Amino acid sequence: MASVRIPTVLRKHTNGESRLAADGVTVREVFDHIVASHPGLGDSLFEGQDLRGFINVYVEDEDIRYLDGLSTAVDTSDEIAIMPAVAGGA
Amino acid sequence: MVTDAEERGLLGPGSRILEPTSGNTGIALAAICRSRGYHLTCVMPSNTSQERRQLLTLFGADIVDSPAQEGSNGSVRLAQQMAEDDPDVHMPFQYGNPANPRAHYETTAPEIIDDLPDVAAFVAGLGTGGTVTGAGRRLKAHNPDIKVYAAEPQYGDLVYGLRNLDEGYVPEVLDPDVLDSRIKVDSRKALAATRRLATVEGIFAGVSTGASLAVAIRVCSRLPVGSKVVALSPDGGWKYLSTGAYDAGDVDELSSDLENTLWA
Repeated sequence: MASVRIPTVLRKHTNGESRLAADGVTVREVFDHIVASHPGLGDSLFEGQDLRGFINVYVEDEDIRYLDGLSTAVDTSDEIAIMPAVAGGA
Repeated sequence: MVTDAEERGLLGPGSRILEPTSGNTGIALAAICRSRGYHLTCVMPSNTSQERRQLLTLFGADIVDSPAQEGSNGSVRLAQQMAEDDPDVHMPFQYGNPANPRAHYETTAPEIIDDLPDVAAFVAGLGTGGTVTGAGRRLKAHNPDIKVYAAEPQYGDLVYGLRNLDEGYVPEVLDPDVLDSRIKVDSRKALAATRRLATVEGIFAGVSTGASLAVAIRVCSRLPVGSKVVALSPDGGWKYLSTGAYDAGDVDELSSDLENTLWA
């Protein structure tokens, strides 16, 4: 199962869990599974069918916008990280 | 950004400047402001390293702390509030000022092209997005096949402690279309890369350099053999010594201890 890293701001929907494990061969499938088990995540992650603007999602550290978006393939050993968009240090 | 503001008549003798910064842009601004007679106030997360505070103080800048747990988002928000209440102050605002990427378009990229006309890929850290956007645009104008990668620091959980996602922030100067990819680098990988750079090349570099280098190494496998890759190194490691980032010991342990302060 892929491992999904949950940011602090969304842990209120996961009983405080910082990681969830879920099956799926694409990011969308994995997200469908975690939303099914933790329904509160749905509105936080999605606006309609798309990811919300201030959410960045990475598969094995790479932003999925530059891969295949929510259709990006996921391996069972992959880490999917959900991170809020924040200002970088500069 | 300062020269641009001067040219547009926004600054004059004794002007006051206000800027949100984690320190590095602030230090450069402070040096310029000191020599040109402007008074600078930096709004900075309270957990930034002592060295940056010392340098800012040396250059005569004032420091206003923003809450550590709000990261740079907090500095941006507080500085914007302060600017709103103080119409006479000038805020360059590196996160939204087109002069930021333009400086990289006009200086950083031409320097790279002069030294390495056949550069195949460019990697730089993501803070405001000014470096990757400006330098990336110019490099792609030189040769559209050049790949541009952003190395994005993965801050500690503390820094992502927003109350809700609507407090998220995407800097206006970042043009995501210039990038070929955006790859995050955690503290452990960045520190490991700085160690490797010290060991292999004898170079003592800061953590952002480590992040760029980690991404450069990663993307090498996507490029034809013999491709030339430029990884930007914004600074040496001196300003981070007091954080403990370079202490002896296991990089895994160090990085988990430092996760919330390393990039601040």
